[in-house]
Amino acid sequence: MAEDRDSAKTARQGWMGLLARAPEAALLELWRAADERPAYDWLRPPETGGVMVRGRAGGTGAAFNLGEMTVTRCSLALTDGTVGHAYVQGRSRAKAEAAALIDALMQTGAADRIRALVLEPLAEALAGRAEARAARAAATRVEFFTLVRGED
Amino acid sequence: MYVAVKGGERAIENAHAWLAEERRGDTSVAELSLAQIREQLSLAVNRVMAEGSLYDPDLAALAIKQARGDLIEAIFLIRAYRTTLPRFGASRAVDTGAMACDRRISATFKDAPGGQVLGPTFDYTHRLLDFKLAAEGEVPPAPQAAPRGEPTPHITEFLGQEGLIQPEPESEAAPRDLTREPLEFPADRALRLQSLARGDEGFVLGMAYSTQRGYARNHAFVGELRIGRVAVEMDIPELGFAIEIGEVELTECETVNQFKGSKTEPPQFTRGYGLVFGQSERKAISMALVDRALRWQELGEDFLGAAAQDEEFVLSHCDNIQATGFLEHIKLPHYVDFQSELELVRKLRREAEERIAHREAAE
Repeated sequence: MAEDRDSAKTARQGWMGLLARAPEAALLELWRAADERPAYDWLRPPETGGVMVRGRAGGTGAAFNLGEMTVTRCSLALTDGTVGHAYVQGRSRAKAEAAALIDALMQTGAADRIRALVLEPLAEALAGRAEARAARAAATRVEFFTLVRGED
Repeated sequence: MYVAVKGGERAIENAHAWLAEERRGDTSVAELSLAQIREQLSLAVNRVMAEGSLYDPDLAALAIKQARGDLIEAIFLIRAYRTTLPRFGASRAVDTGAMACDRRISATFKDAPGGQVLGPTFDYTHRLLDFKLAAEGEVPPAPQAAPRGEPTPHITEFLGQEGLIQPEPESEAAPRDLTREPLEFPADRALRLQSLARGDEGFVLGMAYSTQRGYARNHAFVGELRIGRVAVEMDIPELGFAIEIGEVELTECETVNQFKGSKTEPPQFTRGYGLVFGQSERKAISMALVDRALRWQELGEDFLGAAAQDEEFVLSHCDNIQATGFLEHIKLPHYVDFQSELELVRKLRREAEERIAHREAAE
């Protein structure tokens, strides 16, 4: 049971993180194309604020405050009572609203449809972008070769 | 005599209208979009985010446009905006060891696992003006190679395994925050790092350079410099677990510094640390050098009287918004202040003349 809850939590963490990181335009395009318009009530309408990003001294030591980032959050309830939350990077209310609706729908019977139409293409697009950068980085990796050995 | 005056509203309004016109420049030239600034002047955007202490590339681009490219003015705009944001909380400390690196180099270990990855660097360019950029043209795509899947470990880990570098004790204690409480001395390392991370690049560079030239010399090697993206995670109370709330680009520099040992520490390497929003390696290296210089006390070194060792000096002067605020305020009307100074000087002059006249009369 505890394990079930853990894996459910992990899946939800996965989609919430994906929605938080997604570029607004890409997310909204997929969301609009999915054409889901569930009725809902705001529990907390979208609000933009700052989150203090922390680092660690030496990369691994004690935490310190590096600087803030903008985040927009909101919470809503579908008419069946399912609650969706969003904490997304940036200042877009539309992105936060879409993310909270997707979070709510992912807890309903619409989950498979939303996963196929929104989350999977979004994850693929983000992975593609990361891959493209990693491939360029790999091409700038230095290959050393020895010219002369100073032996004898 | 004191005369209170008011006025200048029309002059101010007209000045701002003219500023808007000058900002736009020649209207026969296309207007800059925020996306152009964000994408094509990204290092300026990065600097504004780092010193404005707010990671939001679109806002930084807007600030740069509004400030006509004056980056300190743009940083000022971001700092002012930042104060209007409600604080949702603090993230978990980011894991730079899990960074998706665009660039990762070490000046100390040639064959470090993960390799030397140059990334999109200005290094090894000839610093000759490229007149091809004056004309519009397509850029050929950069070459690609098969990306490595495995993680890129921190270089200092290898020295740590041998016990040859001073360890960095992990702590989950909430660090002090200079945006929430006034900066007081002595400042702990967390406060120093926060202050340096948002400090003026030029000032921090100058301080770092002074340590290289011999003021509190601490002979730094760049153990590692990495630039890339890390996920930012935050605990969400209403969910009861942590989620990723976004991704930021960071530059991290770890220096490895020669250290002969002191009364309290064995001979070993010591560390300086720099971490900055965006791609800002000059700033990250500078920060690491100054961080190391400021650690003289905890490492049992002597205070050599160098400015870079003096945390009151460094931290009180590295913030360019504080500095420019105080500096530039002296150009604003000080008519009353100055009038009293003028009266005083006139009075002193009169008294001095009277004294001379007295003396002459006596002779």
